[in-house]
Amino acid sequence: MKIGILALQGAFLEHEHMLQRMETDYFEIRQKKDLEQQMDGFIIPGGESTVMGKLLKELDMFEILRDRILSGLPVFGTCAGLILLAKEVEDNPTYFGSMNIRVKRNAYGRQLGSFYTRQDFAGIGVIPMSFIRAPYIAEAYEGVQILAWAEGKIVAARQGNQLVTAFHPEVNEDVRVHQYFLDMICR
Amino acid sequence: MPESGIIVQEQTNYNNELGKAGKTVMEENRYELNKQLAQMLKGGVIMDVTTPEQAKIAEEAGACAVMALERIPADIRAAGGVSRMSDPKMIKGIQQAVSIPVMAKCRIGHFMEARILEAIEIDYIDESEVLSPADDIYHINKHDFKVPFVCGARDLGEALRRIGEGASMIRTKGEPGTGDVVQAVRHMRAMNAEIRRIQNLRADELFEAAKQLQVPAELVQYVHEHGKLPVVNFAAGGVATPADAALMMHLGAEGVFVGSGIFKSGNPAKRAAAIVKSVANYNDAGMIAELSADLGEAMVGINEQEIRLLMAERGK
Repeated sequence: MKIGILALQGAFLEHEHMLQRMETDYFEIRQKKDLEQQMDGFIIPGGESTVMGKLLKELDMFEILRDRILSGLPVFGTCAGLILLAKEVEDNPTYFGSMNIRVKRNAYGRQLGSFYTRQDFAGIGVIPMSFIRAPYIAEAYEGVQILAWAEGKIVAARQGNQLVTAFHPEVNEDVRVHQYFLDMICR
Repeated sequence: MPESGIIVQEQTNYNNELGKAGKTVMEENRYELNKQLAQMLKGGVIMDVTTPEQAKIAEEAGACAVMALERIPADIRAAGGVSRMSDPKMIKGIQQAVSIPVMAKCRIGHFMEARILEAIEIDYIDESEVLSPADDIYHINKHDFKVPFVCGARDLGEALRRIGEGASMIRTKGEPGTGDVVQAVRHMRAMNAEIRRIQNLRADELFEAAKQLQVPAELVQYVHEHGKLPVVNFAAGGVATPADAALMMHLGAEGVFVGSGIFKSGNPAKRAAAIVKSVANYNDAGMIAELSADLGEAMVGINEQEIRLLMAERGK
């Protein structure tokens, strides 16, 4: 099994470290020719969604990846990754639009609104959650399974092959959300 | 609590290097969250902007954050005189114009300017040698703030001293406003050479290294074990072209600040976008060759021998 990690900007190294700890192969996706490799799962890291969205399009990777996601490629988006996958983003442009959710970007305000908490994640248990200028899921539409709540908001969800978190499992030590994603691929 | 109460606390804690010891879990988490915001900026380009219009150009070009300031370093250099924190109204205008993080500079040691920037909910404060220092001995005790700080450094000692004071991100000082990358290169190489030296020491030699560097021993310990700074490290000061930016990434920068290089050039939008792509694909010389073509005039550079004021000498 080999995971492609979008490495245009943001915390992609942190995802790589998680996969290293889980002894899973991965490669970085920085340009179109990187997509020629066999890819069993795709990770979109935290960072700035505006930067990644723009570069995906200008480097000619956007449509290829969108088509693969729509045809079932397992994908895991954290924070900016969640925004890139959402069908609706309040007051902001959408990108892949493949997941049936409405998202509020920078939902907790500026950096002073960033916070850490520990909450339950369905089927995993209580996990650490770092929210950094984070979005939340304002509404989950049909076909979306809600996996976690924090402060009364939906912060993790799944729709078939797509897994999203508003927080950053990649910056904490707990590998269980990544394990959840790898299990999704295996099934 | 009245504002004055906070200031008193700041002063009493000032020389307390172990300010961390009394920290609550909440404060510990705040520092982690602040370091993590810098992690989210990695692989990106942070651009100096002076107006909401420039901020929008920067965001559309792919900046991962903007630095709001009244005058870019090249103009500060040309104008001379005392350079201070920007007008909060101007900073707020930029905060409203873009959705990406907004940073702003305060003078070295000027904790009141920092309090003002915190009050307007800036995302990151740059305690910067680009502005005139307000204190020629002390830096701000950054542990006392909720808002994160980035600081400039020329070598490992400066970097670890700033981290010891609570900085959650480091950048090379370079030489701002010159368009000359030589000093950023020198500072990044110096920092990484010292990191490699620390890595190769025996554990019982680390205390002497801490003494020589004039930094807390536990930070030297971290560098020894991890072979990197405990916070994200960007390049800054003199980056003017896509090739400069890629060079700094190869030398170990985790991202790049571009100050005067963009809005002092012939075609800011195009140059900004090219630098962003160059940082994302710094290994692909073919792509950077294409990106470097037809960018219009780069900012007029000033060699280090030609400048009277070395900003990097400020705040050691």
